[in-house]
Amino acid sequence: MGLKMQGHHHLVAVSLNEQQLGTKRKYRSYVPRKNQGKYLVLWIIVFWFAAIHVYRCIDAEHQQRIQEGLVSMCDQRARMLQDQFSVCVNHVHALAVLVSTFHYYKNPSVIDQDTFAEYTARTAFERPLLSGVAYAQRVMNSEREDFESQHGGTIRTMANKEPSPHRGEYAPVILSQETVSYLNLLDMMSGEEDRENILRARSTGKAVLTSPFKLLGSHHLGVVLTIPVYKSKLPPNASVRDRIEATAGYLGGAFDVESLVENLLGQLAGNQEIIVKVYDVTNVSDPLIMYGRQTQEGDPTRVHVSKLDFGDPFRKHQMTCRYLHKAPISWTAITTSCLGYVIVVLAGYMFYTGAIHIVQVEDDFDTMQQLKVRAEAADVAKSRFLATVSHEIRTPMNGILGMLALLLDTDLSSTQRDYAQTAQACGRALITLINEVLDRAKIEAGKLELEAVPFDLRPILDDVLSLFSEKSRNKGIELAVLVSDKVPQIVMGDPGRFRQVITNLVGNSVKFTEQGHIFVQVHLAEQFKAVQDAKLETCMNGRSNGPQSKTLSGREAADDRNNWDKFKHLIADEDFPFQVLTSDGNSQNVNLMVSVEDTGIGIPLHAQELVFMPFMQADSSTSRHYGGTGIGLSISKCLVELMGGQISFISRPQIGSTFSFTANFQRCEKNTIMDPKRSPCDDLPTSFKGLKATVVDTKPVRAAVTRYHLKRLGVLVEVVNSLKAAVAVSSSCACSGQPQPDMILVEKDVWLSGDDLNNVQVFGHILKSPKMILLATNVTSGEFDKAKAAGFCDTLIMKPLRASMVAACLQQVLGTRKAEQGKVMANGSVYLRGLLCGKKILVVDDNRVNRRVAAGALKKFGAEVECADSGKAALDLLQIPHAFDACFMDIQMPEMDGFEATRRIRMMEHKANEQQTNGSMDGCCNNRITTEWHLPILAMTADVIQATFEECQKSGMDGYVSKPFQEENLYQEVAKFFESKPATDS
Amino acid sequence: MELNHIMRQSKFTRNSLFEQGYLDEQFTQLEDLQDDANPNFVKEIVTLFFSDSTRLIRNVETALESYPLDFCKLDDYMHQFMGSSSSIGAKKVKEECTQFQECCKARNGQGCIRAFQRVKQEHATLKRKLETYFQILKQGAKTSKVE
Repeated sequence: MGLKMQGHHHLVAVSLNEQQLGTKRKYRSYVPRKNQGKYLVLWIIVFWFAAIHVYRCIDAEHQQRIQEGLVSMCDQRARMLQDQFSVCVNHVHALAVLVSTFHYYKNPSVIDQDTFAEYTARTAFERPLLSGVAYAQRVMNSEREDFESQHGGTIRTMANKEPSPHRGEYAPVILSQETVSYLNLLDMMSGEEDRENILRARSTGKAVLTSPFKLLGSHHLGVVLTIPVYKSKLPPNASVRDRIEATAGYLGGAFDVESLVENLLGQLAGNQEIIVKVYDVTNVSDPLIMYGRQTQEGDPTRVHVSKLDFGDPFRKHQMTCRYLHKAPISWTAITTSCLGYVIVVLAGYMFYTGAIHIVQVEDDFDTMQQLKVRAEAADVAKSRFLATVSHEIRTPMNGILGMLALLLDTDLSSTQRDYAQTAQACGRALITLINEVLDRAKIEAGKLELEAVPFDLRPILDDVLSLFSEKSRNKGIELAVLVSDKVPQIVMGDPGRFRQVITNLVGNSVKFTEQGHIFVQVHLAEQFKAVQDAKLETCMNGRSNGPQSKTLSGREAADDRNNWDKFKHLIADEDFPFQVLTSDGNSQNVNLMVSVEDTGIGIPLHAQELVFMPFMQADSSTSRHYGGTGIGLSISKCLVELMGGQISFISRPQIGSTFSFTANFQRCEKNTIMDPKRSPCDDLPTSFKGLKATVVDTKPVRAAVTRYHLKRLGVLVEVVNSLKAAVAVSSSCACSGQPQPDMILVEKDVWLSGDDLNNVQVFGHILKSPKMILLATNVTSGEFDKAKAAGFCDTLIMKPLRASMVAACLQQVLGTRKAEQGKVMANGSVYLRGLLCGKKILVVDDNRVNRRVAAGALKKFGAEVECADSGKAALDLLQIPHAFDACFMDIQMPEMDGFEATRRIRMMEHKANEQQTNGSMDGCCNNRITTEWHLPILAMTADVIQATFEECQKSGMDGYVSKPFQEENLYQEVAKFFESKPATDS
Repeated sequence: MELNHIMRQSKFTRNSLFEQGYLDEQFTQLEDLQDDANPNFVKEIVTLFFSDSTRLIRNVETALESYPLDFCKLDDYMHQFMGSSSSIGAKKVKEECTQFQECCKARNGQGCIRAFQRVKQEHATLKRKLETYFQILKQGAKTSKVE
C-alpha cells in the first residue's frame, strides 16, 4: 500500500556504476605517460639548433655592419685621395700652361728662376700632394754648349750629380720650386723612371705618372708626374712625331705619396682602426706598393679594394683597406642565444619534472579510485553479509525461543523453570540485538524502505509513553508528551519507523534519567524555528528570572532555550506572534520537529561526537553500568535521514540531554482514507466534548501537557495555579450562571504543598458537583489514603498522561460506564453500548462457536440476542410480526446460505407490507411501505473481500460486518441504522 | 505467594501462546467479553470450539477417504472450521485452514491431505496448550478461593 521510498536503491546503483567504471580511466590525460626522458632530450636538441640559428642571424647582421663600415671608410679615403690628386694634376697642368705662355710665347721670356720659385711657393697650397715642381727644358745635344753657357753650369746626371755624358738629348731642370732647388740643371733624362716618363708624356701630350720609387732627396716612396710643354699649339689630332717635334720641355712634380697620404688620412675619422695600402697595379702580377708598410697585415679576413684613378690611363692604382684588429666577437648574439637556450632548457626540465609528477599523481589517483571503489564495495558487502547473517541467525534463534517456550509449558521443577526462563530472557535479548544489527545493516545496504501510509502520530506517542510508564513510575520520573495543535491529525509516512526512533530516544532517556522529567514534544519545524529565532534575543536580555521552574519538572534541562518562555508561544493557539517562514497551507510537506528532553546524566563532552556512531557509548563504563549496545542512536540517525530529516542533540553533563530531530511527512486529507480496517485516526471517545475542566498546576509546562491531552478529548481547559483560584473560578461561574467546571484536576505536588488542604475539603463538601481528580506520577498508599480523606474520592490519574487513559478515567469518574465495570474500554465501545442497548438482535450462524461468540459480543453491548443455527430457523423466527431490531446473518451456511435467507425474508416483508397498505390505506403513503417492515440484515463474513457490498445489496442486505467482530467496524455499520434513534444511556 | 506464582505462570503461558502465534487478538476480545455476568465465557467458547472442531475433523477425514474427492464438501467443512477458529482467535489453525482451502480451490488432493495433517497437528497442539492454560487458571481460581 502506498509509495515506497526508493532513495537507497539509487545509492546502491551508483556504487555499482562506479564499480564498473573503476577499471577504466575516466579522464583524458594530456601528458605523455612514458618516455618523458626522450622528449626532454629531443627538446634540448631542437632548441640547441634553434639557438645556433638565432646566433647566426644576429652575428651575420653584425658582420655585415662591420663590412659596410670598412667599405664606406675605404671608398671615402680612395675618393679623397683621388680628388686631391686630380686637383694637383690640374694645377701642374696650369703651371705647364704658365710656362709655355710666359716662357716660350713671350720673347724674351718673362719667367726666370726667381719668378717661378716665388710663384710656385705661393701656390704650393694648391698642390698639397706635391713635394715640389720643376721645369726641365728639352735640350738637344747640339744645343748643349749654348745651353750650358747660357745657364752658367753643366748638365748633370741625377744619379751622381756629375756632368752628364753626351747623349742625344737632355732635359736639364731650369726652373724649380725652392723645395726641389737641388734639381737645378739635373738631367731628368738621366733617371730611368723620369726618362721613361718624359718619353711617354711628350708622345701622349698628357700628364703621366711613374711607378713608385724612392724619391731623390727623401727616402719616401713617391711618383713623379710629368707634363709636356709644347712650343706651339698642337692640333688635337697631332701625331706622335709632331708632338715630339713640338716639345719644348717638361714640367714635373714629385708626389711624396707616403707622407702626403699619411697627412690626408690623418684628417679622417677612424684612422686608427684601418690599415690602408695603395698599390700600383699596372703590372697585375707584381703590384708595387705606393703607400703602407708591407709588414702590417691587419685583419686578413676582411679586405676592401677601391679603384683609384689618378688620370694616367697607362697606370692603374688601387687602394686596399683592412681592419687593424680582428672584428670583435658579437657578445649580444652570444648572450641572447645562450640565455634563450638556458631558459628554454630550464622550461623543458620543468615540463619534464611536471609531467613525471602529473603522471605519478594520476597513477596515485587511479589507485585511490580503485581502492575507493573496492572499499565501497566491501562496505556494501559487509552490510549485506550482516543482513544475511543476522537474518540467518534469527531463524534458528526463533526456533530456540520457541522450543524454550514449549519447554516452559511442560511440567518443570522450579529450578528448571528458572533456568529455562533465564535462557529465554537471554535469547530475547539476543534477538533484540540481532534485530537492531539487522536494521542497521539493512539501512546501510540500502534495503530498508519506508512505508508511506496515513497515520496519526498522537496515539503512537501515547503508546510509546505507555511502554515506558512502568519504568518511569518506578523511578519517579515525570514522563510527558505534547503535540502541537498545528501538527495535522494525519500525516503520510512510516509509523513503524517513526515509533522506532521515538522509542529509542525515550528509551535512552529513561535509561539514563534517575530523577526529573522526560518530555517529548512535536511541533512544526517551521514554527519551531521561527520561535527559536525570534526568541533568541529576548532570551539573551531576559535571563534574570532563571531557568528554574520553567521546565516540566522544574529541573534544569540541557537546552534551556526550550523553557516556558519560548514554549508558551509554541502552544499558543491564536495570534502566533512570530512570522513563520515557509508555512503555506498548500504545501504537501509537513516538517515535524520532535524533541525529547531529559534531565539525566547527560553525555560527557568528549563523547558527544561519537554519539551517533554505531556501537559507541559514551564510555565503556556506561555500558557496564546501564547496559545496551549503543547501536540504537545510529539506527535512529539513519532512520531520521531516511525520513528526510536530521537528528541533533544538546547535552550538558549532570544536567541532561535534549535530542531533537526533524522528519518530513506528507500531508494527508482525511477523506482519502478508504480502508476502514486500517483507519489511522485514534479512536478517542467524543462523549466528553464540551465538558469544562480546571487544571490546578503551578508549572505551566506541565499544565500545558495536561491541557493538551484533555483538549484531544474535547474538554475545555482552564489553568489556574492554586486551589483557591480554582474555587474562585468555580464560584464565579456559579454566580454568573455559566456552567461550572465539570472536573478539577489537581497536581499532586500542588495538593501536597499543604496550605490548600482545607480548601479542598471545603470545596469538596460544599460544591459537590465538580469531580476532583488527582494527577500524580507515583503515590504511596499512605498518600492515597490521605488523598481520599482530602476529598479526592473520585479518582487518581497516574502519569504519564495518555489521552485514551485519561478518557478511561474520566469515563469512570463521570459515570459514562456502569460503576461496577472496572475496566474501561476505549475505541467507541461506549457508543456501541449506547446504540445496541436494549435492542433485540437475531444472530444466524450454523457454526456454534461463531454463534456463541457473536452473541456474547452483542450481549456485552447490552443487546438482547437470539440465535438461529440455519437460514430456515431464521425464517421461522422472522415470521411477521416479530420483535427483532436487527439480524446478523452468516453468508456461507449449508442448505440455505445467507443471501438466500435474506431474499426470502425480504419477500416476506414485501408481502406483509403490501397487505398492510392494501388493508389500511390506498397508496397515499407509498413511501412508507419500505420502511414499515424492513429488518436491517447485516452479513457476517470472515472474508471481507469476497463479500463485497454490492453482492450483499443485491440480495437485500444492508451491510456487512467482519467476523470475528471488530468493534469499530461493527459500530460503523450498526450506527447506520440506529443513529437516528439514539438510546439513552445511563 | 503460591497464588502469585500461579498468576505469573498463567500470564506467562498466555503471553507465550500469543508470542508463538497460536493465538491472536480475537482471543483477547473473547477475554474482554468475559465479565461477572459471564464468568466462564472463554472456557465455554473454547470447549465449544473443540467439540465442534473434533466433529468437523472427523467429517473431513471421512470426506478425504471417499473417492473421488468432493472438493465442494471439503471446502464447506473447512469454511466452518475456519470460521470457528477465527472466532476464538486460533491463529495458526486458521492459517493452516487457509492453506487447505487454497488446495481445495486448486483441486489438489495430495495438498489437501498434507494441509489437513498440519491442521490436525496445529489443532492438537493448541488443544493441549489451551488445556494447560485453563488448568493453570483453574488452579489459580482454586488457590485464590482457599486463600
